[in-house]
Formats: sequence, structure tokens, C-alpha cells
Amino acid sequence: MTPVTVYVPRDAAALAVGADSVAKAVLAEAAARGTPVKLVRNGSRGLLWLETLLEVATPQGRVAYGPVTSEDVAGLFDAGLLQGGDHPLSQGLTEEIPYLKNQERLTFARVGVTDPLSLEDYAAHGGWQGLKRALQIAPEQIVEEVTQSGLRGRGGAAFPTGIKWKTVLHASAPQKYIVCNADEGDSGTFADRMLMEGDPYCLIEGMVIAGLAVGADQGYIYVRSEYPQAIDVLNQAIERATSAGWLGNDLQGSGRRFHLEIRKGAGAYICGEETSLLDSLEGKRGMVRPKPPLPAIEGLFGQPTVVNNVLSLGTVPLILAKGAAYYRDFGVGRSHGTQPFQLAGNLKHGGLVEKAFGVTLRELLYDYGGGSASGRPLRAVQVGGPLGAYLPESQWDIPLDYEAYAAASAMVGHGGLVAFDDTVNMLRMARYAMEFCAIESCGKCTPCRIGSVRGVETLDRIAADPGKREQQVELLRDLCDTMLGGSLCALRGMAPYPVLSVLQHFPEDFGLAAG
Amino acid sequence: MTMPVSNSDTGSAGVGEHIWRQIIQKHASQPGGLLPALHALQDVLGYLPDWLVAEVAAGFNISRAEVHGVISFYPDFRSKPAARHILRVCRAESCQAVGGDALAEHVRRKLGCDFHGTSSDGSVTLEPVYCLGLCAQSPAVMLDGHPHARINPEKLDRLLAEATQGRGTAKQGESL
Repeated sequence: MTPVTVYVPRDAAALAVGADSVAKAVLAEAAARGTPVKLVRNGSRGLLWLETLLEVATPQGRVAYGPVTSEDVAGLFDAGLLQGGDHPLSQGLTEEIPYLKNQERLTFARVGVTDPLSLEDYAAHGGWQGLKRALQIAPEQIVEEVTQSGLRGRGGAAFPTGIKWKTVLHASAPQKYIVCNADEGDSGTFADRMLMEGDPYCLIEGMVIAGLAVGADQGYIYVRSEYPQAIDVLNQAIERATSAGWLGNDLQGSGRRFHLEIRKGAGAYICGEETSLLDSLEGKRGMVRPKPPLPAIEGLFGQPTVVNNVLSLGTVPLILAKGAAYYRDFGVGRSHGTQPFQLAGNLKHGGLVEKAFGVTLRELLYDYGGGSASGRPLRAVQVGGPLGAYLPESQWDIPLDYEAYAAASAMVGHGGLVAFDDTVNMLRMARYAMEFCAIESCGKCTPCRIGSVRGVETLDRIAADPGKREQQVELLRDLCDTMLGGSLCALRGMAPYPVLSVLQHFPEDFGLAAG
Repeated sequence: MTMPVSNSDTGSAGVGEHIWRQIIQKHASQPGGLLPALHALQDVLGYLPDWLVAEVAAGFNISRAEVHGVISFYPDFRSKPAARHILRVCRAESCQAVGGDALAEHVRRKLGCDFHGTSSDGSVTLEPVYCLGLCAQSPAVMLDGHPHARINPEKLDRLLAEATQGRGTAKQGESL
């Protein structure tokens, strides 16, 4: 009897709800019944409310069951799991689930589909095609292809990736570096983690291509320590890719070389800021550096360095494989391609939704997210992490693209959405924004280091003393203005945005008349 | 590589000098090797004791102030031993949106300590964490390096009971 393939994700989101015990139960049940199964620990499909999402390969395609716990496994076998049998937990054919079917999965095409560590799987699903092409063309052509694709930094700053690469390509130096910023610290974001755990070779391939493009032969992936599973998968992937000649001194017999190393962060949020990350990589306190010089000119160890986010680098192989035009045709305006949005917080159907730019928040919140998990009306959505604006319902129809969001004093950032229902106290969220800034400030700039502490105090006074409210709010605005203009790094200079957005959109929570 | 030891009060007693010397030596020649060295040292010693600062400084040929500066900058590095179990509770926005504050309050009461403290029975160190990347299944916690999502007070009590009674979540630091 040929064993039936059963998929149980190894993504941290699945492990966190008992995927390991589900996997064990599947093997035990199959052994007890004498029916051989082949267990694949895949990445997550991103339908995170259904984790642990178990899949079975059938002649019709993969059939999904979820959310499965180890106690459900015996019953699933009774219901004919291995033939894709019907069961209350059955979600039907995975690819037909509307949440997944209606997405435009480019960067995440393989995540959840393949065995993340299988080189065969990776190659069979279009892997290494971009790198093979990059090995045959000139560095300038690689850079040109990435520039033409319109890819912009997915970490949040949205700087055109091709332009950054061009700067490094034309810098002359004895050594250049590719640094992957995998310090995904924003609440409401997990796309980097899912890609690293679910398709690590994709990131590796993107980094090698970046190295070939700019003439760098050493890369580092700086991963936050909060992601031990991602670190483990990446380390194994690097080892296997090296053995197979996709990393090392002679890439596929081309004579070109690229080495890659994982570096673990140590719990400092600020190290997600690129210059602070570079200091941390150098073994120092993660203090922000002034710019200029740009890291592209003087980066790691003073050498020209490409610093890109996981999703930017993970999208590069596809651009090289399918051509710039293919990617560029997705999206709207100057926001080309797709963004893996992350639906989080108080939503019924949280998960990963990769869509072309131009989708609206309302579509993501209701068509995908299914509304609030609590059943109460949604009231506010923070977009783009702890430094992003809180948006009220009146703003939910703005198309999600970089320029439209900037015009609304908001940012797409890394594409994370955190939804809150009507029980949220927005004054508290504003206070948290300042408190978080105070905890995580690197301490270099006074407006950030001291201003955030004063911000917390001011917000406490607003909450405690209605008599002085107007005066204190004025003070708070003034403080935000100083922080916006007087801090070195983008991260800290943006900390006032959530506070200002609350003042603008939710003044009633400050006891003020609605503007 | 090296055997993990208990990160209890015994401190470095179980770790031979040659082991930490080897770690320092190995990373001193690595570009930007200080963070990897400190991680590796904390992995085997359980924490980074004060006496080690001078040894690391000598190995890396930098000042003690620089080493201390790095250790004190990063929340992951600890200068004092932690309890046998480390519970990290996410305090960030997504978890706040679905009862994270109430969960944090419950944990404080249950353990009888605040964040950055150790429970009254000395078995669990409580730490805040700002995002575990499990935001679609908030609230989330990490117990001894293992992620747990969709947590409520009852589930958390169960996890803690299993861990402190020696079942489940066996991991580094628990092996001796």
C-alpha cells in the first residue's frame, strides 16, 4: 500500500496550538490501524484561526481539516481522513477555501504547500529559477530587473529596492555585505516569520541574487531571538543549501561565491531599525546611527551594505524568474506588486492575506477577517505596527497603497493590521504607544528618550484631571511635534503617529469634543 | 556542543572553566562576535555573572565598560540567574486587543510577582515580551522557549502546573 501523505504544519503558529501532538497522534493512529502514512511538516497556509490545519493528499487535491487537536485525530481516521472523508472539521479542498483562493500569492506561493526543508520540493515548485538566471546575466541587469519590477522595501520604509542595490553596486570597496533584517518586532506582524519557517530557501535564494547583483559575497540574516523556530529552520536550510552548492565558494559551478550566516538578536525592538541593526551585528549596543552616510555607502563594518527586509529579499527570486513586468503588473499607482497583509488582534479569521496593493482595509477586515472575534463592532485598526496610525471606520475604504496611506497620515508599513472592538480605550492605546517608545528607545536622541516618558506622564494627567485637559493636550501635541522633528531614526520619529491619530480620530476618548 | 546546565542559583558551578574560555576564544575572532558569544555563554551558564565581564573583555580586547554596556542594553541578557522556568507574556497591541491585559493581571496575581520578577515560590521568572509573532492567535505566551497561543487564564494555569510539576516543556535548563 502506498502511504498517504498527511501534512501537519511546523510553523510556530501551529506549534503554539499543539501541532506537534497532532503530528504524533496521526503517526500513532496510523500505526495502530496498520495504514502507512507519510507525514510532511509543512509551513502554514496562513489560515491561522484553523490551526492546527491538517491536510491530506487525495487524487482530487489536498483536503483540509481544522482546527484539529490531538483528541480529534482518532475520530478523523474513523471518518476516513486518509481518503479525504467528511467530518465536521473538514474544510474541503484547501485550494478552494475562499480565504486562500482569492489571494494573489506571489511571495508566499510555496508557503504551506511544500516541505520547507526539502530541496526537491523547492526545486519542483519553481525554486532556484531566479538564481539560475541571475548567474547568467550581468550584475547591472539584475539590478535593472529589480528596479523595473517596482519592488519597494517591505519592511515599512518602502524605499525602491533596485535603487538601493544600484548604490551598493556602484560603490567600490574591498568587501560588501547583504544584510537581511529579520527583526520583525511590530505587533500584528508575522509574515517574515512565516516565510522563514515555511520557505527558507526562498529567502536564501533572494540573498544570493542580491549578492550577485551588488558584488557581495557575505550575507547575514539578523533574526529576533523571539523566533527560535525560524532560527532553527534557517540554520538547517543553510546547511542543506551549502551541501547542494547553492551557497558556498562555487555556486553551481559558476566560480561565484556567497556565504550566509544567521545572527540572533537579543530582545531589543530598536534593532529592527537598519542602522541600529548594523551596530548590533557588529557586536555593539544597538544604537541608531545618523544618516548620511547611508548603509549602502558605509554600512556593516563601514562597508557598502544592502539592508533589506525578509519579504523584499523573498520576492526577488520570483522577479528574476518571471521578469519585472510580471510583478509590476500587480498593484496600483506607484505601489507595485503584492503585500502579504497580516490580520491580527480582535478578528474572527486572523491570518496571512497576500493581495495586490489597492485592496481596502474594509475588505481585509470583513471579507477575509470575518469581523471581530468578540462579536462586537470593530472600532479602530492600527496599521503598520506600533508606530502606525489608528484608523477609524471612516478611513477603511482608502486603498492600501503607500501614497494613499501617506496622504492620510498613516503608513502601510510591514502590512500588519491589529483590529480592536468598541471596548478599546484609545487614550490607553495612545499611552501605550508612548510607554513602548520609552521602554524600547535606544537612548541616543533626547526627544525620544525623555520625550516618550514625558508623553506617558502627560497622558496620565489627561486621564486624571479633566480640568487641565485642553492645556495638556496642547502640550502633548507640542511634544509629538518635537519628537517627530528631533529624533534621528525613522522608528522613533514616528512614535507620535499613533498618538496623533488617536487625537485626530478618537478625541472623545480624551474627553474632547469630536473634531 | 556543550551540555546545558541548570540556570538555578548554582550559577557557573557546573560549568568548567575550559568551556566558557573556549566560547570566548571561538567568538573573539568572529566579526561582530560579541553577541553570539554572550548568547552562547548565557546558554551554558544560565546567566552572565559579573566576574565573566572581565574575562569577555580580555578575550575580545575591549573594555569592561563596553561589555557591560552591551549586556545591559539587550533585554535577553541577564546578570542574575533566572528561575527554573521562564514565562514570557506578550504585552503588545494585538494581545491587548483580546484580553492580554487581563491575562497579565492574572499572571501577576497567580505568581505573586510583577514582570521582571520571580514567583513567590521561586520557580518561575516572569518577563514581558513585545510580540511573539503569533498575533492572529492572541493572546500568546512563551514558556521555556515554547510558544503557546490562544491563551486564557485557565489554559495558562494548566501550562504552569504541567511545567512546575515536571511534566511537559522539558528543555534546556531543566535537564539536570
